[in-house]
Amino acid sequence: MHAIVCIKQVPDTTEVKIDPERGTLIREGVPSIVNPFDTYAIEEALLLKEKFGGKVTVISMGPPQAVEALKEAVAMGADEAILLSDRAFAGADTWATAYTLANAIKKIGDFDVILCGRQAIDGDTGQVGPGIATQLGLNQLTYVFKIQDIDFEKKAIRVERLVEEGREVVSSTLPCLLTVVKDINQPRYPTFMGIRRAARMKIPTWTAADMDVNPDLIGLAGSPTKVVKVFSPPARAGECDVIEADSLEQAAEILADKLLAEKII
Amino acid sequence: MALLEINREECIGCGACVEACPFGSLRLDEENIAVVDETCTACGACISECPVEALSLPEVKKVEVEDISAYQGVWVWVEQFKGEAGSISWEMTGQGRKLADRLGTTLTACVLGHNVEHIAEEAIAYGADRVFLVDDPTLSVYRTDPYARCLVELVRKYKPEIFLLGASSRGRDLAGAVATQLYTGLTADCTGLDIEPDTNLLLQTRPAFGGNIMATIKCPNHRPQMATVRHRVFEMPVPDPTRQGQIVREKAIMGEEDIASKVVDFIVEEGEVNLADAKIIVSGGRGVKGPEGFEPIRELAEVLGGAVGASRAAVDAGWIPYAHQVGQTGRTVRPDLYIACGISGAIQHQAGMKTSKVIVAINKDPEAPIFQIANYGIVGDLFKVVPALTEAFRKRLNK
Repeated sequence: MHAIVCIKQVPDTTEVKIDPERGTLIREGVPSIVNPFDTYAIEEALLLKEKFGGKVTVISMGPPQAVEALKEAVAMGADEAILLSDRAFAGADTWATAYTLANAIKKIGDFDVILCGRQAIDGDTGQVGPGIATQLGLNQLTYVFKIQDIDFEKKAIRVERLVEEGREVVSSTLPCLLTVVKDINQPRYPTFMGIRRAARMKIPTWTAADMDVNPDLIGLAGSPTKVVKVFSPPARAGECDVIEADSLEQAAEILADKLLAEKII
Repeated sequence: MALLEINREECIGCGACVEACPFGSLRLDEENIAVVDETCTACGACISECPVEALSLPEVKKVEVEDISAYQGVWVWVEQFKGEAGSISWEMTGQGRKLADRLGTTLTACVLGHNVEHIAEEAIAYGADRVFLVDDPTLSVYRTDPYARCLVELVRKYKPEIFLLGASSRGRDLAGAVATQLYTGLTADCTGLDIEPDTNLLLQTRPAFGGNIMATIKCPNHRPQMATVRHRVFEMPVPDPTRQGQIVREKAIMGEEDIASKVVDFIVEEGEVNLADAKIIVSGGRGVKGPEGFEPIRELAEVLGGAVGASRAAVDAGWIPYAHQVGQTGRTVRPDLYIACGISGAIQHQAGMKTSKVIVAINKDPEAPIFQIANYGIVGDLFKVVPALTEAFRKRLNK
C-alpha cells in the first residue's frame, strides 16, 4: 500500500488575535503550522499503513521553510517526504498548485490512494484536492468522514461523505483521491523517536526542472485567477444592545419581544 | 523566493505596505527599508498602498488564449437532491439574472438529474432564459464524474462567459473538477459578485484567512469565469410562474458502465440538522458544560423551528457530533438569527457565523468577545436565561 498525502504549511490562524484598539489583525509572530485538516489526512494514511503495511509519502509545495511541515509529518510516522519549492511556483492559484502537485505525484509513480485535507485554513478554497484528482484522471471522494471499507487487492473503497443533508455512502475504485474532514480520526502526536528521525532526515527538494512541468502553467504565470484587491471585512454595524432588567427572566422577556420586532422569527 | 520586488532606492520606509500585508510578510529592516520574507503569496495587496510605487510583481507573460469574446452569457448550475432544488441554486439564479442584465446577455440554468423536468420549469420562473436539461438515470444522484463531464461538454459546446455554482459540498466538489478540466479560473465561496464597468469582467469577492480578510479576484484571460457562491448571501428571488423560457434537452456523456463510483446509501442521524439551510440557529459552547447541557439549547431551537449548532470546544469535548460545529473548521452559516449560548466567540467561531443577520449572545462573562459582534446580549447564566427565553417565545408564538 502506498499512500500519498498532500499537505500545506499555513499561518496558525488560531494564534491570530484582534487588536482591540484598532480592530485589525495582529499578525506578527504568528507561527506556521501544518494545515489542521491535513493532519487528519496524515493520520488516516498512517492508520492505513498500520493495517495494511506499505508506506506513506508526504508532499508539499511551498517556500523552503515548508520543510518544517513535512518534518512534522515524518515525526508523526510518514516514511518519505518531498518538498516542491521553486521561485517559479510562487504566486500559484489553486489551478497551478494542483497542476504542480499532480505532476510531482506522476513523478513519484505508483500509489494506491491520495489523501488531502478538506481545505487549507488560510485560503479556505477546498479546490486543490479535486484539482489534483482531475489532473491525474482519478476519481475523487471529497469531505470523507469515514472509510467504511478499503480493499487494495480488489481495488475498491467505500466511504461516508459529509454533505449538508447527512452522510452519503459512496463506493469507488482505487486508486482515488480523498479529502477528509475532521472527525475521521484523532491525529497522533509526533513521538520522540519520530522527532529524532525527522530531525536527521534529509528531505529532497524538487524544483520545476526536476519535474515534467510546462513553465506556462505553473506559479503566477500559470494561474487563471488574479487577486486585484485585498481588504479588511466591514465591521458589523452598531453596538451590542445588552439587555438589563431586574431579573434574567425579565431580560429574556424583553429579548424575545425585541427579536420578534426584528421580524426574523 | 518571494515574487514581490522592492526597489530599495524608492522605498521611503513609511511602512504602509507592512500594514497592508494580510500575511505579515513585510517588515522594515535596520535601514528602515521594506523587506519581504518567504511567506509572501504575491497577492499584491501592498502594491497599491505604496505611495512611491516602490513595489512590483514580475510582469506575467501574456498567454495566448482562444478568442474569449466568443464566450457569452451567464450560467448557473441548479443543484438538486432527491428531485428537489436547493434554495442556494435559486439565490444564485437571482444573482445570475442581475449579472446577465448588467451585461445585456442571457441567463442559462443547467439542470442535471433524473425526472427533474419540474426543476427546469422552476428555473425559468426564478429568472433563467434558457435551461439545459440533462435527464438521465446516471445523473439521479450526484456523482463527480458524470456531472463534471456533462458540464464540461456543455461549456465547450455553448461557451458561457460566467458560470456560477453553489458553494455546497457538491458544488465545491463539482466546480473544482470542471474548472480543472477547462483550465479556467475558479474562485471559491464568493460573498460578492459584480461586473467591472470598463472590462465587463466578473469581480469575485471572497473571505479568506478564516474570514479575517476579503479578496477580490478576477479571471481576465480564461473562460468561463467560474465561482462558487456562498449560501444565503444573495437574496432569494420571487418566482414568476408566467415567465417564458426555453428548455433545451441535452444528453448525458457517460454511461453507467464507465462510472467508477456508486452512491450506495444515505445516512441521516436522528436529530441531524442541515445547518446550511437553517434560518435560525441556537448554538452552545463550552458554557453548556456537558452533553446534557445541550438540552435547553435544543428546546429553544425547537420552539423557534431552528437548528442546533456548537462551538469547536463543545464538539472537541465530545458533547455533540461534528456535523453541528460552526466555525472555521466546521460549517460556515448565515442564518437570520444566531443565538450563541455559553460561547466566548473566538475569532475562529466568528469566522463561521459573523455574517448572520442578527446575533444574540448569552454569556456569563460580560468581557466575552462574542458581545462585540452581537446585536443583542444578556449577561447571565445560560441555564437560567435560555429556559426563560424558551418560555417567553412559547408564550408569544403560542406553542
